[in-house]
Amino acid sequence: MWGFRALRARAGHTAGVPYAMPQNYIPIFVFLLVAFAVAAGTLLVATIVRPRNPEKVKGMAYECGIEVQEGSRKRYTVRFYIVAILFVIFDVETIFLFPWAVQFKQLGAYGFVEMIVFLGILVLGYLWVWKKGALEWI
Amino acid sequence: MALAAMFMMVPSPFGAVDYRAGAPMILLTLFALGILCVDLFLPASRKQYSAAPALLGLFAAGLATHEIQRVLPANGDALRGFFGIILVDPLAVYFFYLFLVGAALSILISVKYLEIERENHGEFYALLLACVVGMMCMAAGNDLVMLFIGLELMALSSYILVGFLRGNKRSNEAALKYLLLGAFSSAILAYGLSLFYGVSGTTNLAVLCDALTQRMEANPHDPIVLLAMLGVLAGMLFKIAAVPFHMWAPDVYEGAPTSVTGFMSVSVKAAGWAMMLRVLLFGLAPLRALYVPTLVFVALATLLVGNLAAITQHNLKRLLAYSSISHVGYMLLGLVASDGVTSRTGIKGILFYLLAYTFMNLGAFTVLTSLRRRNIAGDDIEDIAGLMQKAPMEAICMLIFLLSLAGIPPFAGFYGKYFIFLSLIETGHYALATVAVLFSVVGLYYYLRIANAMFVRTPATSEPVTVAAGVNLALIFSAAATIVIGLLPNIFIRAVDWSVSVLGPSVAQLR
Repeated sequence: MWGFRALRARAGHTAGVPYAMPQNYIPIFVFLLVAFAVAAGTLLVATIVRPRNPEKVKGMAYECGIEVQEGSRKRYTVRFYIVAILFVIFDVETIFLFPWAVQFKQLGAYGFVEMIVFLGILVLGYLWVWKKGALEWI
Repeated sequence: MALAAMFMMVPSPFGAVDYRAGAPMILLTLFALGILCVDLFLPASRKQYSAAPALLGLFAAGLATHEIQRVLPANGDALRGFFGIILVDPLAVYFFYLFLVGAALSILISVKYLEIERENHGEFYALLLACVVGMMCMAAGNDLVMLFIGLELMALSSYILVGFLRGNKRSNEAALKYLLLGAFSSAILAYGLSLFYGVSGTTNLAVLCDALTQRMEANPHDPIVLLAMLGVLAGMLFKIAAVPFHMWAPDVYEGAPTSVTGFMSVSVKAAGWAMMLRVLLFGLAPLRALYVPTLVFVALATLLVGNLAAITQHNLKRLLAYSSISHVGYMLLGLVASDGVTSRTGIKGILFYLLAYTFMNLGAFTVLTSLRRRNIAGDDIEDIAGLMQKAPMEAICMLIFLLSLAGIPPFAGFYGKYFIFLSLIETGHYALATVAVLFSVVGLYYYLRIANAMFVRTPATSEPVTVAAGVNLALIFSAAATIVIGLLPNIFIRAVDWSVSVLGPSVAQLR
């Protein structure tokens, strides 16, 4: 399986042969083409077939909240940005957790310790943010 | 301790060599995190105490680097760690020391400066250490991903350091400009790196070198490789502020806190160079015929713009920014002349230049830092006028740094330029050598303009210049180093020779 030994061997200087990269991408390109064709085809057929009689009520917001009052380019409080940034940071953390969870058995106890160290640093950051008062909405 | 015990118990794929190679970076990371935690519990009036653990951390990292240096000969002159993604060889060790000294001097001059600016926070020192960790990853990275992560760690920390004066509009503007331009350049760099991964299927620099050799034999003008190379070059030239990727430098250097400007012009630039040398001489060595013409153009443009723009500057920080751009031009010529295999003089010149530059440029910024007083920004040429009457010791030190920057013989800067010009003549680039010498004459003019203001003109204000203890220490150390390196260059030439010893055989072996 994809263990540490395999990784070690890959990192060595002996593995000098480049992979056949482009061939591996052919199925992806085919998939992309099919996806685009389906989407474009459906829209095209719908445009040709559907009846067309626009009126004012049809153009109104429908069950999607209230009518827009003013422009969205206004100043709003910087706290939103702080919350957004904190969200991004801790959201990215889960991206790193996921592959570890998938490979949990292969990575074993060492992988677990590594992850604890990683989470430890993040928790430290979390505590720092907390103590600084960035989580409070004054 | 409990963590260490856990490490002992589980079967680890990494051994003592891995941890020894990574020790300086691991230590600095721990110190940075520690400073962040301790800072939370320091009262607002004692925030500057964080400078002490920061200096201690740099010292500990220095000891760890010395330990690496001690065991290197027994390990074939290179410690490979963590699946070979870091490669600590004499070249990396040399840069480690350079970063540590630069960071330590910057911390010494920051304490008083931040107090005057009322922005004394422990995070400053933590960020500085994080920045050094990133630089070390760039110097020791043997893997495209590692190099990129190191670059980003350094860049992200320095964006924040540039904008550290939160109440200052110029500082904020500088940080935003640097962030946006830096993000673009990183994206271009990452694109280039991904193309290299695409053509070779590897991120390891040594394997990439083999793959590129094969590819170059098949088609010496491979368009994908050319595109990838240009992307990577653009990203790296941005970090060392070479023309045409220099636009950010004057604005950012002017807006950033002066001590951070000093740090950026010296250590961040050295880190950019470490990555340049690592990538161009190790990974992209087979592309030398392709990148040298680009570098010749960039070097000449850098010399031209840097030197000519510096002449008209009134703001000292901007002036030194343009002067630092022009210094990059000289160093680039060293890379044009030498490939590290057939000729090493140019690489030696770059390394020696960076060493001398660390002390002379940071020294000049140390003097500027002490000019910052209540209500006086201290970065205009008017502020340094008549410095000889107010603070003779500072003025004389500044003169030493300026003469060294101009490349006048008894000082350190002379040997940096000497080796660069020597390498150009050795490899037959006579025209380039002539142009470079002519430009260094232009340099003399704007450096002596500052000296003229200090010694000939009368002070614009009567406000006295007081020099804090830390600033004084940094000033004396930088001045002493500038003189000692100039008077006894042999010791330092030996150190540089040792660090470039890694180049010839190992790079040739890969071919």
